[in-house]
Amino acid sequence: MNAPTLSRLRDTRVTLSHGGGGRAMRDLIDDVFATVFRPPGMEDQARLYDSALTEPGARLAFTTDSFVVTPLEFPGGDIGKLAVCGTVNDLAVGGARPLWLSAAFIIEEGTEIALLRRVAATMAAEAQKAGIQIVTGDTKVVGRGAADGLFVTTSGVGVIAPDRDMAAHHIRPGDVAIVNGVLGDHGATILAARGDLALSSDIASDCQSLGHLMQDVLAAAPATRAARDATRGGLASALNEMAEAAQVGIEIDEDALPLRTEVKGMCEILGLDPLYLANEGTLVLFVPSDQAGAALAAMRARPEGAGAVAIGHAVAGAAQVRMRTAFGGSRIVDMLVGEQLPRIC
Amino acid sequence: MKFASEFRNPKAAQAVLARISEVADAIGATAENPVSIMEICGGHTHAIFRYGLDKLVHEGVEFIHGPGCPVCVLPMARVDECVEIAEREGVIFTTFGDAMRVPGTLKSLMQAKAGGADIRMVYSPLDALELARRNPEREVVFFGLGFETTTPSTALSIQQAAREGLKNFSVFCNHITVPEPIRALLQDPHMMLDGFIGPGHVSMVIGTHPYDFIAQEYSRPIVVAGFEPLDLLQSVLMVLEQIRDGRAQVENQYARVVPAQGNPVSLAAIADVYERRPSFEWRGLGEIDASGLRIRAKYAAFDAEEKFSVGYAAGPRHVPEPEGCSCGAVMTGRIKPTACAQFGRGCTPDTPLGALMVSSEGACAAYWQYRGARGAEAAE
Amino acid sequence: MCLGIPGQIVAITDVDRMMAMAEVSGVRREINIACVLDGPAELLVGKWALIHVGFAMSLIDEEEAAETLRALQELGEAQEALEAMAEGQKALEEGKP
Repeated sequence: MNAPTLSRLRDTRVTLSHGGGGRAMRDLIDDVFATVFRPPGMEDQARLYDSALTEPGARLAFTTDSFVVTPLEFPGGDIGKLAVCGTVNDLAVGGARPLWLSAAFIIEEGTEIALLRRVAATMAAEAQKAGIQIVTGDTKVVGRGAADGLFVTTSGVGVIAPDRDMAAHHIRPGDVAIVNGVLGDHGATILAARGDLALSSDIASDCQSLGHLMQDVLAAAPATRAARDATRGGLASALNEMAEAAQVGIEIDEDALPLRTEVKGMCEILGLDPLYLANEGTLVLFVPSDQAGAALAAMRARPEGAGAVAIGHAVAGAAQVRMRTAFGGSRIVDMLVGEQLPRIC
Repeated sequence: MKFASEFRNPKAAQAVLARISEVADAIGATAENPVSIMEICGGHTHAIFRYGLDKLVHEGVEFIHGPGCPVCVLPMARVDECVEIAEREGVIFTTFGDAMRVPGTLKSLMQAKAGGADIRMVYSPLDALELARRNPEREVVFFGLGFETTTPSTALSIQQAAREGLKNFSVFCNHITVPEPIRALLQDPHMMLDGFIGPGHVSMVIGTHPYDFIAQEYSRPIVVAGFEPLDLLQSVLMVLEQIRDGRAQVENQYARVVPAQGNPVSLAAIADVYERRPSFEWRGLGEIDASGLRIRAKYAAFDAEEKFSVGYAAGPRHVPEPEGCSCGAVMTGRIKPTACAQFGRGCTPDTPLGALMVSSEGACAAYWQYRGARGAEAAE
Repeated sequence: MCLGIPGQIVAITDVDRMMAMAEVSGVRREINIACVLDGPAELLVGKWALIHVGFAMSLIDEEEAAETLRALQELGEAQEALEAMAEGQKALEEGKP
């Protein structure tokens, strides 16, 4: 991960010549991004082998996601960490063991090269932590205003063990809903970090890879039905999608929802509902009640799952999410129409 | 959170709910013949649904959701004018997030932003002021909307801009007032309200006396309430007790925040900067006399209407409400949102037709979001 | 209408512009204190105010807050007493031969 001692890259900002296909581009890739990729010195395409793929009945899992975030760096992470965790988590919640990742960068002219180095370093570190290899990639440079600093797209490949079949439509009434930790930290962090609301707090993004956590859960609670990472649209959207897919009702308990004081505070100030705030390292899974204890214990044994709690369960009935409020009432938790906006009234 | 969580204690709620049932039974309130209580404020509507209070209270108590959502009652023509200002060369148009999605005739501010206008969401008019300081070559316009709670913030911002001699800051004033539409509702012959929950945060500015006419002229009880669930339940109980005792008074449940006389600094700032318009248009309610404010001539330099020749300064413009929209009937308590022919059909949060579906504070939007209007409960 | 929340004034940041730092559950934001200023600004530090769109609109009266809570609590106690009486009555009736 050390940068080459003799850097040929003398610019401090990316110019269009770094996207021209010539030596400047070569230098940018060698100097900044080569640290990210394993193994170094790859060909145009990655040639991959993993023994797990040869097992009869094993399946390939393949996913892709693009990452845009303002600001590019925020407490708890940056766009690179998001891009690794996001795709790793997409694989993980489907029951796959994440293996390989591609990373494509669209860079706005004028972006600081030091920033790119930092992003590349966090990607390399996070990939190593998640046990995934970034095996191929691409960079493009676009003119000022054609992108917002840096966009990253990652695609991921993983392998699903032969006997594994996780999907939201497997959820049955009585299954227990479990989250691995606090809700809304990422969404609240980004809101504060953008600066236009002039709010400050010590909240940091929950951005983290959940591949190892999922593997441990599946070992301890093999009957786990389905999992989703509660990213955009928050827990509320993830639960609604699952209720819809399984045609079951989901009941959650407001008192059980793990929320940081600061996240609650920010929601009170801006009139937001934490159930709709984005997460980048929080998943919700459904497990038959007889394995719920085992799943919880497996999660709590890892730092990513230290705050794991059961928040509710699936019930027979209409495909909707209902929350028992801390006040003893009950209400529907619907999907949002658009993005949640701060409000004064 | 201090001064909030104490008022969310479910144990205490049981006791208040039991008392509400007792008093409701004593006055003969039933599901068929309920006591109708209007919570004027959209924030109260939100809290009622958020905590499920409508389902916790005695079946003989019915909440009627009032016109106290400034975004909901904003006529389409005002949104058009916002877009018009925002699309001018060199303008930074600043607004609270609430107004971003409100549809105009052609587009919302959200859509205008997508079309290239420089529109920014801010938390406070102070942030707009700061933008003006940092961008002296740009015209920064703040969309001043809201009731008496919000009016002091724009008045104080205009005063501050005047003190600093800022030349590039103005407010597009669409501030409105609470007592006038309530009077209009009370004058409606179809009105079927038995009492009111008064808006707590408006009242911390104007005090409780502006509601005296409700009790004295129209013999309806009104209790100024806080926004936590126990505040609301206690206020419902206080209204019911007034009805039981045959009283009609202005009571203050929210004394920890609301002084009877209001806030003198706020009132002075409002009086210094603003004056009443002869009348102002409300979505769903039409023109209401003296219900809106405009910037006084001495602050004309900070008045976006004058600066850009739009709004009432350019002559009132009226855009008819969409056909089939029953917002007026919902707001006066004649029908429930679900009884509107357009509810969930032509009118959803995706494609709001009427005022009450526009903001999450609106009664129809609240029904949709919290009661799963698409599901079985729509018919409730 | 009118989202307002209690926050604590933790520091005065600009006396001339009447600005202070307020804190709500660990989240900080600079607010205007013109509406609650009555004497030296420093005296406001530590006080709780109702905050709306970046302005302290009203100081929270702690005694009134306690009074409201006391009234609510009394309702609860009265209710408990009623329930206890009802229970007692029921027990008596069930105890009858």
